[in-house]
Amino acid sequence: MPDILENTLSTIKENCKINDGFIKYEQIQITVNPEELISTLEFLKDNDICQFRQLTDIAGVDFPERLNRFDIVYHFLSFKNNIRIRVKTEISENSAIQSITQLFPAANWFEREAFDMYGIQFTDHPDLRRILTDYGFEGYPLRKDFPLTGNVEVRYDEIEKKVIYEPVKLQQDYRNFDIQSPWEGTKYTEKKDTE
Amino acid sequence: MAINSQIEEIADPELEKLKELYADKGFLVTNINNLINWARAGSLHWMTFGLACCAVEMMHVGTPRYDVERFGAAPRASPRHSDVLIVAGTLTNKMAPALRKAYDQMPEPRYVISMGSCANGGGYYHYSYSVVRGCDKVIPVDIYVPGCPPTAEALLYGLLQLQKKIRREGNIKR
Repeated sequence: MPDILENTLSTIKENCKINDGFIKYEQIQITVNPEELISTLEFLKDNDICQFRQLTDIAGVDFPERLNRFDIVYHFLSFKNNIRIRVKTEISENSAIQSITQLFPAANWFEREAFDMYGIQFTDHPDLRRILTDYGFEGYPLRKDFPLTGNVEVRYDEIEKKVIYEPVKLQQDYRNFDIQSPWEGTKYTEKKDTE
Repeated sequence: MAINSQIEEIADPELEKLKELYADKGFLVTNINNLINWARAGSLHWMTFGLACCAVEMMHVGTPRYDVERFGAAPRASPRHSDVLIVAGTLTNKMAPALRKAYDQMPEPRYVISMGSCANGGGYYHYSYSVVRGCDKVIPVDIYVPGCPPTAEALLYGLLQLQKKIRREGNIKR
């Protein structure tokens, strides 16, 4: 098993322009520039030693403090060799990345999800629109600067006879429990004990 | 006359005479209100609105182990056939208009059972950006069944509570 991994990684390093590549937990990880993404993935898919034919997942990661804000992580499986690879690339908030739907049709909905959750733009995507969030949803919920409770909530309005949207109004503020003080209302019980 | 023990009895000597006369001949004498409440409580066809893991428990209630059909309840696929809507699971913002539409399509008299923490008040997802904090914001609820998810017995108990409620305050007046 390690031989296949080493062999595959060295093949990739020889033929592709990658920034970083290593093996950890019996899985290959490589980092590429967005410009080299398509050519690298093409090689990974078609090369006889690699044969990463199946796209497992596409994920986004948000690092608000970084200049290139988003990581996009692609996972592939080579069922011929029974090994997996993780391909990482990073882009800034205002730039777009090439869609890989031409290479892997399965990427269609994954990229829509990444667009929905992080606002990452994919160029040449056949149908880039929101996939999971509400119709007419505003904002990108998995970004770190998106408020947890969102901006709108729904209720049924008896006068308008339909479900309407309103700004969020919480009955009880969000409370941050931790292991030291798991419950905020214990002070009065302590007093009771001493009496 | 066990079923109408809750409802006011009309102390009418003529009626008592009638009851006695027909009791041994295979007839029951009751008033129409009690009869209709008995029929309504005994045929609660529920609308299968399964939204999350609670739906699995709702399915269990219909299987032979718990066999809710022995109480006259049966799953119906259409809101136009159903008497009770069981909101089983997390109600999201995107689903809320659809739930309201299903509820609006149900014929009167209609009842709602809110099943599980999420439907009761948002539960685990109370602070989420995409979840309705309690399905009673969208539709009126008769019975709340607590639990995460509630066991099939708990839902069954909720259904029996609903039957009790119908017998207590059901009315043929519109």
